[in-house]
Amino acid sequence: MTTLETYPTMEDAARAMGADATFLGGGTVVMRAVNEGVATPRLIRVTDPGLAHISTVGEILRLGASVTMADVLAHRDLAFLHPVARQIGGPQVRNMATVAGNLFAEHPYGDFATALLALGAQVTVTGQGGARSVDEVLRDRDRAGLVSAVEIPRPRDVRSFGFRKVSRVKPKGVSVLCIAAYLPRESGRIRGARVAFGAMGPTPLRSSGAERALEGQMLDTATAEGAAAAATEGLSPATDQIATEWYRREVAGVHLKRLLTEMERG
Amino acid sequence: MVKKPVNLTLNDSPRAAFADPGQNLLDFLRREIGDLSPKFGCGQGTCGACTVTIDGQTQLSCLVLAETVDGKEVRTASGLANGATLDPLQDAFMDHFAAQCGYCTPGMLVSARTLLDRNPRPTRDEVIEAISGNLCRCTGYEPIITAILSVAEGRARA
Repeated sequence: MTTLETYPTMEDAARAMGADATFLGGGTVVMRAVNEGVATPRLIRVTDPGLAHISTVGEILRLGASVTMADVLAHRDLAFLHPVARQIGGPQVRNMATVAGNLFAEHPYGDFATALLALGAQVTVTGQGGARSVDEVLRDRDRAGLVSAVEIPRPRDVRSFGFRKVSRVKPKGVSVLCIAAYLPRESGRIRGARVAFGAMGPTPLRSSGAERALEGQMLDTATAEGAAAAATEGLSPATDQIATEWYRREVAGVHLKRLLTEMERG
Repeated sequence: MVKKPVNLTLNDSPRAAFADPGQNLLDFLRREIGDLSPKFGCGQGTCGACTVTIDGQTQLSCLVLAETVDGKEVRTASGLANGATLDPLQDAFMDHFAAQCGYCTPGMLVSARTLLDRNPRPTRDEVIEAISGNLCRCTGYEPIITAILSVAEGRARA
């Protein structure tokens, strides 16, 4: 039996959390467990309307934990994230699924978290001073705490960010894999390459091989081929109903090359 | 087991009933309120058969805890017809054979009505996008798309 507890603020909710409790965000992940009868005995939610706010502070875009994919799509400053949000779920899911919840969605979900990882987003956790990187939160999701907001550094040039989702069903399908690449350039050369893959491991992961192949290079065909060849380094895909581990490894580089070619064309 | 009172507006009528702990909105609407139009398909947010609107947004009622809609406005397919007068979409679904087994139809209608209320002249691609969260295993979608487009403003009413 699952009971719901409602708190006015994240701080109150954080105090009430425990091993027997799950935080209820948009419900698209947690309610499946409730319906299957495998949810924790306690669900905890917060009604603070501030959690649904999107704000811009200088070059930082701050998304409250309960901002939905539909909210992202309705916000002009987040246009570079629209191709990501648009490809998550169907319209109903996008009206429900939250930005913070996506960080905790299990494989093969987490397309938005993959984009956040590539963009070097920071996460604000309730009761913890300072922000933590998305990398850090994804490494130890079970002990991450309650996320109150996500902060995304706005790309100086939106063309330096690219996203590609590969799914068998269109327009609404689960990821075979997805790729988010952030390739800022200085005098034409890539500085600070971040390439993240979704559905290629238990959480979104960065491809150390692709990043190394791209760093310091001009984005051209040879660079794209080098990155594609090294794409699976740092990744650990699984076999599931969508695709086998072998297939995911085989096509990861192909799709990375296609994404990089698109980004090269601008 | 403590039941919680839930007051909501369902298809413009105030309704109240008790929700069990952990009861989802779909089950609540069907069992406690008696609105059988939203259907149980998968219980995991994949099929869209349970689509309703909550405060104007389409959501999946199987993924919403019933007690969280207290004070909110919920609409289902059973609110589309006005007495014996059907919504033009319902007429169009019949005329274009957009319902075969009919199980996805209430959810399809809610998604389509929400689209047309917001965007009275959608393109074919916009229609496809709007119903992409509703699975249909019978029709292959073409008759449904045709039916929705036939109702779009500026076209002949079905």
